[in-house]
Amino acid sequence: MPPYAGPLPPARTGEVVETLRLLAYLVVALVLVVLDHRGGWLRQVRTQAEALMQPVRLVAGLPGRMVERLADDAGTLGQLTDENARLRRELLVNQARMARMQTVAADNLRLRALLDAAQRDRLDVQLAPILDVDLDPTRQRLVLAAGSGDGVRVGQTVLDAGGLVGQVIDAGTLQSTVLLLTDASHAVPVTVARSGVRLVAYGDGRNDALRLPTVPTSSDVRVGDALVTSGLGGRFAAGFAVGTITALAPDDSRAFLVGSVRPAAQFDRGREVLLLRSGAPAPRAPGAAAANVGTPPPATVDASAQPALPPPAAAAQAETPSATPPLARPPAPPPAGGPR
Amino acid sequence: MIRRPPAWLLPATVLMALVLMLLPLPPALAPARPAWMALVVAYWVIETPERVGLGAAFVIGLIADLCVGGLLGEQALRMVVLAFILQRFRARLRFFPLWQQSAAIGAILLNDRVVASAVHVALGLGGPPPVAWLSPVIGMAAWPVLFLALDALRLRLRRA
Repeated sequence: MPPYAGPLPPARTGEVVETLRLLAYLVVALVLVVLDHRGGWLRQVRTQAEALMQPVRLVAGLPGRMVERLADDAGTLGQLTDENARLRRELLVNQARMARMQTVAADNLRLRALLDAAQRDRLDVQLAPILDVDLDPTRQRLVLAAGSGDGVRVGQTVLDAGGLVGQVIDAGTLQSTVLLLTDASHAVPVTVARSGVRLVAYGDGRNDALRLPTVPTSSDVRVGDALVTSGLGGRFAAGFAVGTITALAPDDSRAFLVGSVRPAAQFDRGREVLLLRSGAPAPRAPGAAAANVGTPPPATVDASAQPALPPPAAAAQAETPSATPPLARPPAPPPAGGPR
Repeated sequence: MIRRPPAWLLPATVLMALVLMLLPLPPALAPARPAWMALVVAYWVIETPERVGLGAAFVIGLIADLCVGGLLGEQALRMVVLAFILQRFRARLRFFPLWQQSAAIGAILLNDRVVASAVHVALGLGGPPPVAWLSPVIGMAAWPVLFLALDALRLRLRRA
């Protein structure tokens, strides 16, 4: 047993000093917590400081990537053949669907031209790999292995094959953070695709549900209705699938219904997500068109800002201009219009 | 002979704990992740109190906050509380048998969890899911392993 080598047992005054130091640190920490919770200047400072932590996150993401690669390598020929066949089938179906959509989009464009409503109908997306690290489990977030160096900007809409995933809240040089729809602090304006009723869907802090806290009892909303973004508020473009209503029940006051929504996106960590680059591909929900006619198309990004984007890094992303990523999921219309 | 571990060992263990905190777990289990950083800070407070005190605990907590992307200052607060309690009981803890030490660490981790939940509830962020209360138990089970491993590492490095 080694000899006792610490400092001598502290005297009374030492204890008092130590307690005072504790209090001082506690106060500083609490002030930081409250300031950070409120947002504001401290959040800017934090964004800068978080950039320093990017290498650590990169290292922590390595095991996930290695497992992925191993799984890829270890796939037997049979599995790969099966997967290949399945993907081929899906591609065929999607292409057929797309071909039909293209005629619809062309029709749409012609009608719009008749109405003299010019609209950019191009879906410009970029593929961003997900860095598989766990952040604070009390918040619903995602880290992408693509940052401002790859053209990621704060406020971009994030999608996956199912629908809306969330938005970029922080873009570092190598990584960026996405706030998911399901975070308790997130809200997204939606419309019911069938009836055009406009609602706001709130995150619930769980990864499998959104909340509709105040649905008027008189409104035309039913269980099973699909929700798409309404484009109000200007943050998200209109027409992306958000989810389907799984339950509706009267709240305590009996004046409103409280709805629960199953998100359309798969939050269980796909490998990649799509970042919406241009501002407003605004396809409308079929039933919502009448209700939304007066809504101006949200213009989140100035068209002139487009060329200023840095060229995409080759490996990290694949640009698909005017392409149709597999977003079509009935009954939401695909947010991709054909080329003009 | 001076009992002094090499200077890089502390940052190395902190880095290791950061990576362990970020490693992906299934979403259902993520809240039950043991508080690795708390364990590492506890080890250093017990073993080298002259190097790791409240100040170091605060700074390490801040770094953890930045890494995990939680509320800035939350982990700092928890680490300072943890370091303070450990400093008070250090003289006794050091000579406890290992199982008793782990029990004490378990209690301290439970307190840590309570502090974290209190901060979250006070700010209206909602309490933790029930699984989160498993975290101190797992931390308690991990303590002997971590303690013995770090001790062995330190001894070997000193001899070399």
